[in-house]
Amino acid sequence: MEAHNDNWKIWEVFIRSKNGLSHKHVGSLHAPDAEMAIKNARDVYTRRSEGISIWVVPSESITSSAPDEKDELFAPADDKVYRHPTFYDIPDEVGHI
Amino acid sequence: MEFSPDLRTQHLLHLADNALILGQRLSEWCGHGPVLEQDIAIINTALDQIGQARMLYQHAGKGMNPALDEDQLAFFRTENQFLNFTMLELPNGDWAQTLVRQFFFDTYNYLQYERLTESSDPALRAIAGKALKEIGYHAQFSAEWVIRMGDGTEESHKRAQDAVDRLWPYTGEFFESDGFSAEAAVRRAAPLPSDLQPHWEEKVDAVLVEAGLKKPVLQWFQTGGRKGQHTEHMGYILAELQFLPRLHPEAQW
Repeated sequence: MEAHNDNWKIWEVFIRSKNGLSHKHVGSLHAPDAEMAIKNARDVYTRRSEGISIWVVPSESITSSAPDEKDELFAPADDKVYRHPTFYDIPDEVGHI
Repeated sequence: MEFSPDLRTQHLLHLADNALILGQRLSEWCGHGPVLEQDIAIINTALDQIGQARMLYQHAGKGMNPALDEDQLAFFRTENQFLNFTMLELPNGDWAQTLVRQFFFDTYNYLQYERLTESSDPALRAIAGKALKEIGYHAQFSAEWVIRMGDGTEESHKRAQDAVDRLWPYTGEFFESDGFSAEAAVRRAAPLPSDLQPHWEEKVDAVLVEAGLKKPVLQWFQTGGRKGQHTEHMGYILAELQFLPRLHPEAQW
């Protein structure tokens, strides 16, 4: 199978479900161009009525955070619990907001 | 099985047999597609075809006396009782042959089913309404592939042109008239096949031009499928399709 794949790019597929407000990443696939990527995504990822809208993006167009920068990027948020609304006591008189 | 269906039934069987035999052929790609994505795509098409065949057999069988069910019609008829186009029984060949055949037939089938959604037969109208969406997608998919192969590499172009040349003689059958299609047209149940030809040629010409493929110039066309006369390949498909239910008629899922 691989031999035929030489000039087929990898595409990331995003699907919006009937009730969903936003497109969600569902996986990736091979396709020679954007038009076929949409068709392949339809056949691979919407066979069971999963979606009503498809986005495809060439994987190479996605800039991703580097795994070895994980600590610098994400660890500082871990000890800042006051950034969550649940950190604050809400007076009973306020009731449900 | 003794079998002498009336013209109305023959027409429905012709539609059903086209769907079943093509679906059976395409299903041979399962696990063998050139890439995973195309494997899934072509098998979706195969399943659509078999789904259409089931609805059509159920409808045809209900109107028969005595009534027959879909399994009896699919598994217990013999070769000369099948009324499908001979193109659809041909071996898949390579991806180009499979997709060019698909393109020729899908384009015809789309035009045909578009008209069947206005059929005087309410059940056929309902089946066509569901099938048309599926066939519309098949037709887009196969046309896209013909364009990509024709306008692709030297190798893909050569294979696509070979497939066009090889399959073109089988397209004449689409537009032939016969007893059952003439009768269906009189009842306004279906279009006259020859009425579809100009639209088919227009669409096919446009795609072949875009693909950079040459349309063959031919005087001779294959014939016979509508009359139950088939190529040497048909018996082998039926053997594979039918052997289990014929060996174990009571077998259940």
